[in-house]
Parts: sequence; structure tokens; C-alpha cells
Amino acid sequence: MTALPDPAPGRRLGLVIDLDTCVGCQACVVACKEWNGGGPAGPLGDLEPWGAAPSGAWLNRVHGFEVGEGEAGRTVYFPRSCLHCENALCVTVCPTGASYKRAEDGIVLVDESKCMGCGLCAWACPYGARELDRPSGVMKKCTLCVDRIGDERLPAAEREPACVATCPARARHFGDLADPDSAVSRLVAERGGVELLAELGYRPTNRYLPPRPGRRLAASAERLEDAPAEGGFLGWLDRLLGG
Amino acid sequence: MRPAASLLLFTTLSGAGYGLLAVWALLGLAGVLPPEPLAGAVGLVPAILLIGGGLLASTFHLARPDRAWRAFSQWRTSWLSREAVAAVATFAPALVLAFGWLLGGRVPPLAAFLSAAGAGLTVLCTGQIYATLVPVPRWHQPLTTPVFLAMALASGATLAVLLTAALGSGTSAAGLTALVALPLAWGLKLLWWRSGDRAPPRATAAAAIGLAGETPARLVEPAHSAGSWLLEETGFRVARRHAARLRRLALSFGLGLPWPLLALGLLAGGRWTLLLALPAVLAKALALAIERWLFFAEARHMVGLWYGEAAV
Repeated sequence: MTALPDPAPGRRLGLVIDLDTCVGCQACVVACKEWNGGGPAGPLGDLEPWGAAPSGAWLNRVHGFEVGEGEAGRTVYFPRSCLHCENALCVTVCPTGASYKRAEDGIVLVDESKCMGCGLCAWACPYGARELDRPSGVMKKCTLCVDRIGDERLPAAEREPACVATCPARARHFGDLADPDSAVSRLVAERGGVELLAELGYRPTNRYLPPRPGRRLAASAERLEDAPAEGGFLGWLDRLLGG
Repeated sequence: MRPAASLLLFTTLSGAGYGLLAVWALLGLAGVLPPEPLAGAVGLVPAILLIGGGLLASTFHLARPDRAWRAFSQWRTSWLSREAVAAVATFAPALVLAFGWLLGGRVPPLAAFLSAAGAGLTVLCTGQIYATLVPVPRWHQPLTTPVFLAMALASGATLAVLLTAALGSGTSAAGLTALVALPLAWGLKLLWWRSGDRAPPRATAAAAIGLAGETPARLVEPAHSAGSWLLEETGFRVARRHAARLRRLALSFGLGLPWPLLALGLLAGGRWTLLLALPAVLAKALALAIERWLFFAEARHMVGLWYGEAAV
């Protein structure tokens, strides 16, 4: 059923992504593709995987931006995946009932056995979170690794999405954003986590932590002084080295 | 947005078909057209063929057309589902009308009314599919659905002039409808183009990466080296000067040519109506194809913000 859950889910599982520490290494992109190549989201087909122009379905993409001008400029890597919106237009536009938002935790999923591949949900998502798998003709999207986070055979510490588990910079965090005491909610409060394109009204669950203000070495560091020629240890060393 | 052939064919053919169905049903209901089998067949058969052809074309847009039947299930929330339901439901009164008129020699009034209403509702749903898409600002504006409705009426009425002229009955009523509907449709389209051109951007690249205060943001490392399905769908571009030229062509062929042709034909009467309505219909068809192609080609999706667009 493509109606959104009413009342809204009590839990809001999602990601908090730290734009300060993300180094754009693409490890989360690859881990996502690998994990979700099988399981409920898989397969994620590729066209021409070894050809000149390989293309395929990926559920997570990292874009490298340059922000600001001149000395204030900095590089910001932006990982982009489904934000599991509360007001998910991708769900309500679905004509077949394939797209749905889980009532218990707010995860937005696709029942691939019902998807007719019309692509309207991808058009309805401003964040570009959905990609069609061309070999199978059905829509793919981030599942928050439902097959990991809910798998009780895994040690508790491993019950997190593949992208979070693999991130070497610890830039990705997973948790319940409806619970104000959860680690992710505290992180959002502490760092001023941003709701992406909030003015569009989708009410995304995921939050992005803005980069911390940069430290400017050029402005604050003192210049090195020349070694005094007249004496002292450095003067002696200078003379010895033929200065 | 990519102008997919399936969607161009579907929206133009079905739009014209529903317009023709509505005009023909109402002319029959008003008693302008005689309740004779031939009078019914001349309008209803092409209308139903256009609608059916368009609907068939729409299934080519689906990656899994074998599951198209599921699209009838989500009418509570989805305009696409409502469109599917309305399109198929309209066949019921349309077929009752056709059988009554073609075989029974009478125009069943309720079926005629419901055919026209169903035609209007279906086109309204088509418009709403696009009008409710927030990520495509050019589509997400209040005039999108009225433009679809007026275009369907104008194309249907233009066709109706040709067909009533061939039939030799009801030409004045069909002609007046076309002469009113054509300027209405293209006037709305001009307003729609203008409001789309003048609308300030809804979002910037900086806002798309959560740094709305820190402008500007420039893409320096693309996320992937080759294409993707999503970029093919949403990344279509048309040069502004080409778009401007195509708009002028659409307007000339859609209004500038057919309106005087139809008006002259109606004034001259007799065989002239038919002779001049034929080029009018052809010009209008060409204009509709250009207009619908531009509808997709000029529309930009917010996904572009992560792929090098400064603002959408």
C-alpha cells in the first residue's frame, strides 16, 4: 500500500553523515554495492561492467564539491543515498503498491515483485535516491541494509548498514533519529545536523553534519626566524655548514 | 527530463483521442450530430483508436509491462494509478455510447455525458502526475494541468472539425469549439512557458549538500565516470536558442496556421471546410509533437544539482 504509515512510525531509523570527516574514499559506495548485490536489494546489475562506459545501479554515490572562494575554499565530499523521508513522495506516487514505508521504523523499501519499472518514483525523489536496475527492470534503492540491521545471528555491534560498518573515517553513523537520547540524535544536536533541502517538505530522516570551521595556518602561524650569525649553537651550526 | 517516445506518443495521441471523444459525445448529446450510425462512427471510432493507441504506447515506457495491471491498485494516493483507472473506466461509457449510436441508432445521454466526463478526468490525472512532481520545478506549477486539459480539447476539437466536415453535419459547432479552444490552449501554454522561465531557482548546489549559507559550491569530482539510468532520465538538455526556436514553431503550427485555416474554411463553407481542415489538423499534430517534446526536454530535475548544475 503506497499510503504513508499513519500514525508516523515511532522509530525513525536513518543515517547521520559527517561532511567534516568524509574523505571521499568511496569505500561506502563499494561496500554498499557489494553487500546489496545479494540479499533483499540484489542483484544490482551493471551494463558493460568491463567496457568503456560501465553503468549500473548503485544505492550510494559520493560527489566531490569545492565550496567557497579563494582562501575560504574547501573540498566537501557529499555521500548521497536514500534519506528515508517521512513525507516520501516516491512512495505515494507509486501506482503499483511496490514502494512502501515500513510502519515500525520508517525505512522506505521497494517490493520488487510488484514493481513495473515505470520510474515515476525516481522522478518524484529530489535527492536522486532511486535507480532502475536495467537487467531486471525494477527499481532499486537503499534499504538501510535491512538484512544486516535486523539479523540477530550477527553480533550486536555488526547490526549496522554496510556503508557505516566500512567507513574508515567514521563519517557515517546509524541509529534512531526519533529517539532524542540516541547517539545519532545527540550528534545531530551537538553538531547542528542539517535536514537536506528542508524547504521542499519531504522531511528526510537522514541528517548531514556540516564541516567544522577550518583552521587557517597561513593567518595564524609565525614565520621562522633566521639563525643569528653572531653566535650561539645555531650560529656555530650555520658557520659549520658554510652559511 | 528525457523525452521518451512512449510518453510523447501516449500523452499526445490519448490527449487528442480523449478531446475528440468529449467533443463528439457532447455534440451527440446536444443533438448537433444526428443519431445515425455513420455520424457516431466517424468520430467515435478514431477517438477510441487514438486512445487505445496512446495507452498501448504508454506500456512501452514500462520496464516490466507484464505487471502493468498492478497500476490499477493505488488510486488512493497515486495520480498515475488514478490515470490508469480513469482511462480504463472511460472505456465503459465510451463503448456503451458507441454501441448505442452505431448499432442502436440513438445517442444514450448518460453514456455520452459519462464519456465526456471520463475523458476530462483522465487527462486531468495525466496533468496531475506532472504537476505534483516537486523535484521538477517547471512541471510543478498550477497551470500544468489546465494546459494538458486545454491542449486535449483543442486537438480533439480540431480533429472534430475535419470529421464533421467529412460527415457534412455539426461543422459549425465543432468549428466554434476549435476556434475558442485553440487560443485558450496556446494562451495557457504561453503563460506556462513564461512562469516556468521566470520562476526563481528552487534550490542551489550549495543547499543540495547541506551548506546553503556557503555559496557557491562547484562539482569537482563527479561521483561516477560513466552514465547511469537516473542521469539518462533526468539529465536531458536542450540549448536555449533551440528551445526558443521550437517554441515559435510550435506556436505557429499550433495556433498561427490552424486557426485562420479553420476560420476561413468555416466562412467559405462547403468543400472548403474539409479542404482547409486537413492541413489544420496536420499542423496541429506537428505542433503538439513539438510542444510535448519541449515539455520534457526543457524540464530540469533537482538531481542535476549533484551533477554540475548551479541551481534548479
